[in-house]
Amino acid sequence: MQTTIDILGSVGLWAAVLRIATPLIFGVLGALLCERAGVLNLGIEGIMTFGAMAGWLAVYSGAGLWTGLLVAALSGAAFGLLHAGLTVPLGLSQHVAGLGITLFASSLAYYLFRLAVPISGTPPTVEPFQPLDFGPLSDIPFLGPTLFAQTAPTYLAILLAVLLAWMLARTPLGLAIRLTGENPHAAEAQGLDPIRIRIGAVVAGSAVMALGGAFLTLAAFNSFFPTMVQGRGWVAIALVVFASWRPGRALVGALLFALFDAFQLRLQPLAGGVVPYQVFLMTPYLLSILALVLVARRARVPQALMQPYRRGER
Amino acid sequence: MSVHPTRRHVLAGTALALGALALGRPAFAQAAKPKVAGVHASPVENAWNSRLHAALQAAAEKGTIEYVFSEGVSANDYPRVMREYAEGGAVLIVGEAYAVENEARQVAAEYPDVAFLMGSSGEPTGDNFGTFGTWNHEAAYLAGMLSGRMTQTGTVGAVGAIPIPEINMLINAFRAGVAETRPDAKHLIGFIGTFFDPPKAREAGLAQIDAGADILFGERIGTADAAKERGIKAVGSLTDYTSRYPDTVFANAVWNFDPILAAALADKTAGNPTGKNYTPYSLMKEGGNDIAFTASMVPAEAIAEMEAKREAIKSGAFEVAVDMSEPK
Repeated sequence: MQTTIDILGSVGLWAAVLRIATPLIFGVLGALLCERAGVLNLGIEGIMTFGAMAGWLAVYSGAGLWTGLLVAALSGAAFGLLHAGLTVPLGLSQHVAGLGITLFASSLAYYLFRLAVPISGTPPTVEPFQPLDFGPLSDIPFLGPTLFAQTAPTYLAILLAVLLAWMLARTPLGLAIRLTGENPHAAEAQGLDPIRIRIGAVVAGSAVMALGGAFLTLAAFNSFFPTMVQGRGWVAIALVVFASWRPGRALVGALLFALFDAFQLRLQPLAGGVVPYQVFLMTPYLLSILALVLVARRARVPQALMQPYRRGER
Repeated sequence: MSVHPTRRHVLAGTALALGALALGRPAFAQAAKPKVAGVHASPVENAWNSRLHAALQAAAEKGTIEYVFSEGVSANDYPRVMREYAEGGAVLIVGEAYAVENEARQVAAEYPDVAFLMGSSGEPTGDNFGTFGTWNHEAAYLAGMLSGRMTQTGTVGAVGAIPIPEINMLINAFRAGVAETRPDAKHLIGFIGTFFDPPKAREAGLAQIDAGADILFGERIGTADAAKERGIKAVGSLTDYTSRYPDTVFANAVWNFDPILAAALADKTAGNPTGKNYTPYSLMKEGGNDIAFTASMVPAEAIAEMEAKREAIKSGAFEVAVDMSEPK
């Protein structure tokens, strides 16, 4: 018990929470944007992998770190366009198309990486994002070394959550996206074009997902491994449900998941031997499922999610 | 200029190509370099695979073998790729059977003329399915001896993938080495539950540093990144990480695949059965593992006692215990 309290009060834990949460925040926001417009995007795992590779490769080839993020976002948008093309105008199964994109994007990332980078003993590195220095703010006890000691993409992720929440709730564009996700026929009756709105949302959402992948290679680590996304995309898909399709709750959900993970990483060295390590590893997933059960009962699913829209069809 | 291939062109081309092949055959056979295939389940940058790949490449550069390989082969493709190389004239196929223990042995039984040399948790099978373990525990013990002398806080950490026997053995040997020079040292352990998540290994390393560790044994890549970030020292495993983390990694428990490969090749060439356990060639006295350290980062007296132990291991006077139980 004392151990738990000590861990929860430690600076290291809360700094780790923000770091671990960042790729999940990007992922969940991207997936959420797609789904609010009515399109499930299971391409996320592959899009994150490709973003991790594309962003890293750009920086490795001499581009700046921000350019790397931009390249990652653009590559994500390209896969988003492919997914949107298959699922929106053609109305194909969103599950099948999404999983296909995941397989395709992961393999293509590996292939391009191999073409561009010669084989070496350990994977080559880039100089990653460093924690920002906020001057006096970084000296504030507790808040300084946690909140004000992160790399730039972490703040970008939080900013994006706020922007997305505002956009969806307060702007005509957000209303149009939500309407398309709830009832595309009504959107069309309002003079909106559900097809274009869905394509736009999937392209933008996929770009955001790719940023989550790029965070792994440009801030959390400095090399690319073809399998390094390790299911973070799938966690993001579950977090969308946990968040009841709301950006604010998505942010909280990602932070909560990261808290469980950061906590188990700290508990394991201290309480190892008493409890098998597998228990610690599954804690974040177990608690997420529990939270999902409690929260998702009241979740309001976008009514037209996964329903292809065909003009003039009733 | 555009080309419009007609049936005649295609036929002529095929005949030419076949002729070239037929002409090429005797020349190829005269070279008589044994063709060795590597079937890697992971990208060859992965630390373990990189050791196999380096040894095979070195042999190819020396001209003793012809080396062909596939990487990133998933478990359900693995037997197929093994068959392709067996059909394609490879005399020795090197790889990892961990995820395909049964299937790999079935393939080996189908190709009795081909030797298989596989990293495996099981036993050698038949006359042509040889196995090897990754035993660099002796080098890990020596790195532990240095670490015990170097820790200020008396707490050392280790980040591993999954507690499988070979990883347990490695971490336990490192701990035993630490205990020899620092009996009161406290040991932290973290398993990340996956082989390929460097950001997670880094987080596990940071968690151990927060808990007081000032030396980290990085069974996984990413651990040393945590050490580098916090300005402490780290030990690498399998491959030499010194150039990647010059001021952080002071020692590496390097594993060399070369002696295992050489022994299996020699058996195959001499016509001996290769269905045996080649793990003993992983030992330090065979050159199968060794410590690579940066002397300027380590106290001189620590080096002296470590070198003495190294000689004792090589001569057989000292044996590093093999403890495959899960480190707590």
